Amino acid sequence: MSTIEPKTSHAPASAAPNEMAVTVRGFSSWYGDFQALKGLELDIPARQITAFIGPSGCGKSTFLRWINRMNDTIPSARAEGTLDLHGVDLLSRSLDVVDLRRRVGMVFQKPNPFPKSIYDNVAFGPRLHRTYSRAELDQLVEQSLRAASIWNEVKDRLHSSALGLSGGQQQRLCIARAIAVGPEILLMDEPCSALDPKSTLAIEELIEGLADRYTIVIVTHNMQQAARVSDQTAFFFEGRLIEAGATEMIWNKPKNKQTEDYITGRFG
Amino acid sequence: MAAMRSTASRLLANRAFLLVCLVATNVAMIVLAVLLISIFWQGAETLSWKFITNFASRKPAEAGILAPLMGSVWVCSICGLVALPLGVGTAIYLEEFSKRTRFTRIVQTNIMNLAGVPSIVYGILGLTAFARMFGVFGTNVDDAITLGDEESLFFLRLPFGSSVLAGGLTLMLVILPVVIISTQEALRAVPSSLRSGAFALGATRWQTVWGITLPAAIPGIMTGAILAMSRAIGESAPLLVLGGLLLVFNTPENLMSDFAILPLQIYNWASRPQDEFHAIAASAIIVQLGVLFLFNGIAVFIRQKLQKPLQ
Amino acid sequence: MIVGALFLAACFSILVTTTILLVLAKETWGFFQFDEVSLGEFFGGLEWNPLLGAEKHFGIWPLVSGTLLVTAIAASFALPVGLISAIYLSEYASPRVRATLKPALEILAGVPTVVYGFFALTVITPVLQKISPSFGNYNATSAGLATGIMILPIVCSLSEDALRAVPRGLRDGALALGGTRFDVSVKVVVPAALSGIVAAFLLAISRAVGETMIVALAAGGVAQITANPAAEVQTMTAYMVQIFLGDAPAFGVEYKSSYAVAAMLFAMTFLLTMVGQSILRRFREEYD
Repeated sequence: MSTIEPKTSHAPASAAPNEMAVTVRGFSSWYGDFQALKGLELDIPARQITAFIGPSGCGKSTFLRWINRMNDTIPSARAEGTLDLHGVDLLSRSLDVVDLRRRVGMVFQKPNPFPKSIYDNVAFGPRLHRTYSRAELDQLVEQSLRAASIWNEVKDRLHSSALGLSGGQQQRLCIARAIAVGPEILLMDEPCSALDPKSTLAIEELIEGLADRYTIVIVTHNMQQAARVSDQTAFFFEGRLIEAGATEMIWNKPKNKQTEDYITGRFG
Repeated sequence: MAAMRSTASRLLANRAFLLVCLVATNVAMIVLAVLLISIFWQGAETLSWKFITNFASRKPAEAGILAPLMGSVWVCSICGLVALPLGVGTAIYLEEFSKRTRFTRIVQTNIMNLAGVPSIVYGILGLTAFARMFGVFGTNVDDAITLGDEESLFFLRLPFGSSVLAGGLTLMLVILPVVIISTQEALRAVPSSLRSGAFALGATRWQTVWGITLPAAIPGIMTGAILAMSRAIGESAPLLVLGGLLLVFNTPENLMSDFAILPLQIYNWASRPQDEFHAIAASAIIVQLGVLFLFNGIAVFIRQKLQKPLQ
Repeated sequence: MIVGALFLAACFSILVTTTILLVLAKETWGFFQFDEVSLGEFFGGLEWNPLLGAEKHFGIWPLVSGTLLVTAIAASFALPVGLISAIYLSEYASPRVRATLKPALEILAGVPTVVYGFFALTVITPVLQKISPSFGNYNATSAGLATGIMILPIVCSLSEDALRAVPRGLRDGALALGGTRFDVSVKVVVPAALSGIVAAFLLAISRAVGETMIVALAAGGVAQITANPAAEVQTMTAYMVQIFLGDAPAFGVEYKSSYAVAAMLFAMTFLLTMVGQSILRRFREEYD
């Protein structure tokens, strides 16, 4: 059995029967002729943290990028099946992708702040979608930076370049930037893999704090991280979803041998 | 409360911008088409085999471009024979042998700046350094030192005067920076893992360059060289300063011959007011562009067929 | 031994620059030795008539004005069109479209300048004259537009290089926030590539300033200070052509004046190229 202590879900028992943020039925996707994802069936609960784990190339990042239709930038990418976000069909041709991406935030593996000031980085997203007065924008920027636990470090240099921040700070800035547009769900693609352990810890704590307000899906290579942080876990392997469920269950009583092998480190 | 920006207006801006982009990009294509069509339309009639093989004449109907064509061949050949070794050698030195010293940086910056010097200034330099040779041999034609017979193939005169040799060397100055920069890029494109492999086997720096790096960079160097030569063929301002617009009735016989080149012949005819001269100018341009397409085509062919991805 | 030869080759380029500077300096100094010429008039005088028998004037500004007018017209065409084409090629175009457009731009870049001059004279000028009779047979606009076409490929290809140097992560980040392609290109990528684009503009302008054959054929030979695009003007380079093609004796003041003009031209283009290259160098360091 694994020696990692999984987190017990923090969702209070009195919560409504778990509202599902994302519903996936029979979802498959291709890059040209190559089938990257095969017949996924999954429910991602709202306002909980779901981790996608699995070896390199198993399709977890690919799947994540379908949730905000970022795969549209790849011409040969296509998908079939059902992928719903709060009831909205994400694969429909008439979907307003621009609005979707306002509702679904994404944080990338390598922090990617714009070469603008810290203030302008956070304000960029909101400014795209609405016109704000100066006061409203100032307030929004402060709120977002506070929510990302970085306000105190940057409040005195909001107008200096974001590129002057350390890696961990930049990633928190990217989280603030994603939050600023007011999404319902945050997608995080290995957000800590480019960071040092101290920054990683800071961000994990941040993520746990954010789960009260946002649905969070985090792709991670780091199994201790998945076990520590997530309420639900989904294990991917070679484009298939092998097993998904409460993190506690996956770690202590995995139903599938492959899952057990991966978790105990026998491969991957 | 912040006002919502309608997605419709944003998508409109998106589409409008795409339209602007398409218009701008098509402008380039349209201009090129108009240019080529208008030239062809003006010059096709007077273009004939006789046109290519005749010498110049006061009468447009009998004029031909043999002299400038051959002049261009001579001048550009000399230019290439000097510029390519010099340029490739400089590039090899800068990329493979020099260390990151202040001197190297100065040389590098200097080359980038030379690439931006107007070609007419090179004409002035060529005039002073090659044609007149700084006045070292006097300014009178009679004081010139000569070796050999004027009619034969091996004739040398100091100072060079406005000769084919001086013209070729002046053109060399113009394209030298271009050759250096494109060769450097070709050498940089060779992955350093190849060099490391050779060093690990005990090869000296020169052995590595000669045996590994240079062969790998050859397609890129060739492409750059061909494009530089294609530039040389079309250059006119420096040679205008060097030799003026001599009406030349012979093809060059030796390095000291007077010369005419095709672009300057075009200039000559284009600057006359009569339409007939404009017509033969256009015909000459067709020949000039034909050569340009040939060279560019060869360069593209080399780039596509021989430049195997080195990864 | 071989390395020595290569080293000498590298030194040759230094020799070239030194010689240019020396020759220009010497001849310009010789120019200012003439009685009719003074430094004050060169930089202060507003008339340039070196070929008028008795009344010679050597104020440089009419020639500079001609150069600047033609360059301004060229830039106002080439910079916007070139940049927007570059944005299209870098951010929107499919590989197939790029494969068609890039060779076309390469051809435009390879066309000899005398051909552009001919085009200006025989096509652009008549069209302009149909639009308005105020355009004479020689005018600044015709030469300016042709020069603009000539530098268009430079602007486009250097700007495109700058845009492509911007890392993909920035585009992804902006898209993920709900940006349209327009938002991503214009609000994120272009600002990120800005110094590279400015460098591209400076280098292209430097090319336009040094252009000779187009202006010699189409802009005219009247040195005057004017901002009227329909006017006939003479640029610094066209003046040099006039002198070198003419009969002025090699030791006379008119002949030497063209060296002084060449020195001014060299200084201007050198400055533009230096500044452009140094901005470009700093931009590349940022994105490496």
